[in-house]
This record gives sequence, C-alpha cells and structure tokens, in this order.
Amino acid sequence: MPDNTFLDSTELVLNMGPQHPSTHGVLRVVLKLDGEKVLGTDCIIGYLHRGVEKIAENRTWAQFNPYVDRMDYVASVSNGLGYCLAVEKLLNVEAPPRAQAVRVVLTELNRIASHLLWLGTHALDIGAITPVFYCLREREEVLKILENYCGARLTTHAFRIGGLQYETYDGFEKECAAFCDWFAPKVDEYEELLTSNRIWMGRLGKVGVLSASECKEYGVTGPVLRAAGVKWDLRKAQPYSGYEKYDFDIPTREGGDTYDRYVVRMQEMRQSARIIRQAAASIPEGPVMAKVPKVIKPPVGEAYVSIEAPKGELGYYVVSDGSTQPYRVRVRPPSYVNLQALDRMVRGGLIADVVAIIGTLDIVLGEVDR
Amino acid sequence: MADEQKPGGSDSPLPGGGGAIPKPAPPKPAAPAPPKPPAVMSATEWTGDLAREMKDRFSADIVATSTYLGQNFAVVTPGAVVPVLEFLKLEADFDYLVDITAVDWPKRAERFDLVYVVYSFFRNERMRLKTQIPDGFQPRSGVGVHLTANWLEREIFDMFGITFAGHPDLRRILMPDGWQGYPLRKDYGILQQDDRWVRENLGIESGQ
Repeated sequence: MPDNTFLDSTELVLNMGPQHPSTHGVLRVVLKLDGEKVLGTDCIIGYLHRGVEKIAENRTWAQFNPYVDRMDYVASVSNGLGYCLAVEKLLNVEAPPRAQAVRVVLTELNRIASHLLWLGTHALDIGAITPVFYCLREREEVLKILENYCGARLTTHAFRIGGLQYETYDGFEKECAAFCDWFAPKVDEYEELLTSNRIWMGRLGKVGVLSASECKEYGVTGPVLRAAGVKWDLRKAQPYSGYEKYDFDIPTREGGDTYDRYVVRMQEMRQSARIIRQAAASIPEGPVMAKVPKVIKPPVGEAYVSIEAPKGELGYYVVSDGSTQPYRVRVRPPSYVNLQALDRMVRGGLIADVVAIIGTLDIVLGEVDR
Repeated sequence: MADEQKPGGSDSPLPGGGGAIPKPAPPKPAAPAPPKPPAVMSATEWTGDLAREMKDRFSADIVATSTYLGQNFAVVTPGAVVPVLEFLKLEADFDYLVDITAVDWPKRAERFDLVYVVYSFFRNERMRLKTQIPDGFQPRSGVGVHLTANWLEREIFDMFGITFAGHPDLRRILMPDGWQGYPLRKDYGILQQDDRWVRENLGIESGQ
C-alpha cells in the first residue's frame, strides 16, 4: 500500500560501546531501533570482570578488604564500610563509637564525591559542559580530606575490620565542617545552572520513567527508587554505624523520571553535608579499633549485611567455614541490579535519551562487572 | 590494634609470708582440650509468626526455620523455592528480591546452596531462603515472580553452571560466551583459564 511512507522502516541494530564516552566505562549496549525509536536493548557487560568474588576465596578476611575498593571505585569508602560491617557481623563485634562517627563522616564525604562525579558527567552527556568543571573542583576538596586521612584519593582502604587503622589527623573535624560550609553554596550554584534550565528540563523531564512498582520488580534501589516516591533509605530503615543519631531527611520525588532523579541526588548532597556537620561535631573520644584478634577467624556461619551506597543497596553475603579465608563472599552490587532496568527505561524512547538514561542510572562498570 | 593487655591475674603476688619456699603445686590433671568450635553454624530456631505461617502453608517443604546473628532464614526443598517466593511476595509483602546467589560445597551430595535474599518494605524485614541442590539439578527460575531474578540467575549460571529451568534468556553474562568452565566452583583454580578461548580470541598464549 503506497501510503504516506516511502522510507521503509526496517529495524536497525546499532552497537553502542564498549568504548563510548557516554556509557561511563566499558558498557556495550546493542540497540534495536526503528528510526530514532528504541525497540529493545541488550546489555553486554563483563569487560571489567576481575573475579573479585573468586579472589576473596583465596585471600584472608583482612587481605580481601582493599579489593572491595576496586568495585565501585568512585565510592570506595562505601564498599569498604559494607565489607567491614559484614565481617564484623560474623565476628559479632562492633566498631567503637569514635570509629563509627569517623566512618560516617568519610562515607558521607565519599557520597558527595560520587554524586558530584555523577552530576558532572551526566550534565556533560546531556550537553552542558560547565557543571563538570565545578563538580570536579569541589570533588577535589573531598579527595584532599580523604588523602589527608589515609593517603589515598580513590581506592582508599580507609576502614579495617573492627574499626579504623588510623586516628584522625589534627584539624580533621574542623576541615570537614569548613568543607560543609563551603560546599552548601556550591550546590546552589549547580542548581542555578541546571534546575530551571529549559534545555535541561526538556531533555530530562518524562524521560526514562520508572514507577515505584517497577523499581521493586527490578530490585532497583537508591536515588532511582526514591525519585519514584518510595521513601526508603537503609540509613533510616535499618541504621548502621550510628546513623540513627543524626538528623537528616530522605529526599523523594513522585514522578520517577530522569529529572526527578537529578533533584533527588542534589538534595542528597545537601543531606550528606548535614550529616557530616553533625557527625564531625560529635566525634567521641576513645579507641578507634575494637578488640579483634590479629588473625581473623570468624566462627562457622553466614551473614548478609547491606548499606546504603551512593548507588543503592550494597550488600555482602559472607560465609565462613571457620578458617582464616572467606568461604564465599557474594557482593550484591547496586549498579548491576539497577542496570537491568535500563531496557525497561529506554524502550519506546528516543536514541538520544539512552545516553541520558545511562547517565541517570549512575552505574560504575567496575561494580557491575566486579 | 588488637594487642591489648591480657587481663592480669596469674602474676599477682602470692599472699602469705615472704621468703617461704612456695610448695610446688600438685600436678594438675591434664586440662581437657578446649572444646572445638562447632563445625556447623550455631543457628537457633526461628519462631516468628512468619515462620509458623510458612510451615502451616508448606508443611514438609520447609526443612528448617532458623536465626543466626539476628538474621532469619528458612531452608526449603528445591521444588518449593518458587512457590515460597510467590507466597512471600503476594501474601507476606516481601516484594523486593534483593539477591540470589549460590555457594559450592563440593564434598556434599547436594553440592550447591542456593540463597535468596528477600526484603519487605512494609515490614522493614529481611530474610533468606536457602535450598540445597545436587550438581545437574535444574531449579525453577524465579523470573516469573521477580523480574530482577533474570540477571541474578544468569550470573549464577555463568559462575556455577546451574541451569534454571524456564529462564527466558539463560546466557553467560560476565564471562565471554564461549568460555569453558564455571569460575566460582571450588574445583576451578584461581589461575585456571580457558586456554583455547584466550588463544583464539586474544591471540596470546596465556591471560595470566
């Protein structure tokens, strides 16, 4: 029937990645397209697979600790916190209050660093070039604090099983408080650039909508879930490391689109600064290490411990057979599980939105592939 | 660090007159060897409402309901996993499948543990379902109950070689498609690799 179409709309398969600047690492997405419309996707992952879980079975409990930093290398402090909490659960010890407070400060600083990197690269993907410079400028200050504390900027290995290896340095609390004071107006600055920017709103609004029920179906957690209206954050739901002592809100939005996820993450940065300010002001005196034997041999048993990482629920399922080495360490990576929802989010949308949606999921391929 | 002082006590000065030659203590009977830590998890019975409800509903399919370190888990027969997941989701509000994983116990007849972690937003409660399956057994896929099971089961297939019956798209996910062997099995060495795959696809003798 020679009607309105002379362009035959055959399906086109387009390969995106693994070396593509907007896939944030080595993610390969095979897109099935009808013109500009996405009909379906297939994610091909594993390019960064290093067998972290296998490595764990061949190291001692303490030796494996630095490896977890290499999963979500943008938020390595969170990875370390989750692992330490899991092994501490198996050992049935708790880090001393001082260590817990310092852990909260560093983890929240790292959350800010992670969200800043997300914001900068996400905006860059959409075409806004300026924010990335601002974001990296502020992230540098976070990394300086981390570096002053433990000597490393990215893969920090900041925590040890049972507490902390190092005391804080002189002026740590002051520096953290000063950072918070300095950082709050910076968030306003980003918001001024983006929040009511018409291009930004046009590119993000109603794009990649994921409803609350879909989030639960796909096991999606973190800011993506909160942007769909579910007020759920493990720091509040099942507090760990003394989070129950701090006063903070869980930002949520109702729409579940890319713009809502942007707003939620911006609010989260403010809330993190709020937590840091409280925690840094109330670091108790005392030891930073619990009584943990030098050779860690947890009794036979298993535990699942999870924390609220910047990307969502980061869980560790650890099994001990009573020896010095883990029998099994399973990592429940938020990025891996969240990435599964990509197909649902891009289906029916436009090819240009795929870039926005990969950005808004805030995945780190080191964690997806492990 | 952990080198705190040991609690004192034995080195306290002897009471009584100084200078007296202390009598040699009578030889004590050899102290019994300290009891070995139990080789099994010292889990206790989980007696919550939910545990009872599950037992009422699935009777013999629930092998045990236990608690360890304050975390509840139920051991169920392999065939009952998906029905129990469905029950938990629809009737007990456990609507979020957090994770599925496996553990390899090569010396056991039922070689693998399959572990399902579920969470309920409504109850703010997490629990685990565990089942034991022999090598070659094909457990039913949970994709029909929780969509998130898709990639999680693919990863278990990839790493342990456990085939899920009824999975819509069971392919390797992290390892390359043609790879031989299942890396997270205990009999797979840490330096082991698929030499043929490495030679053919990377053009080098060894990836190690």
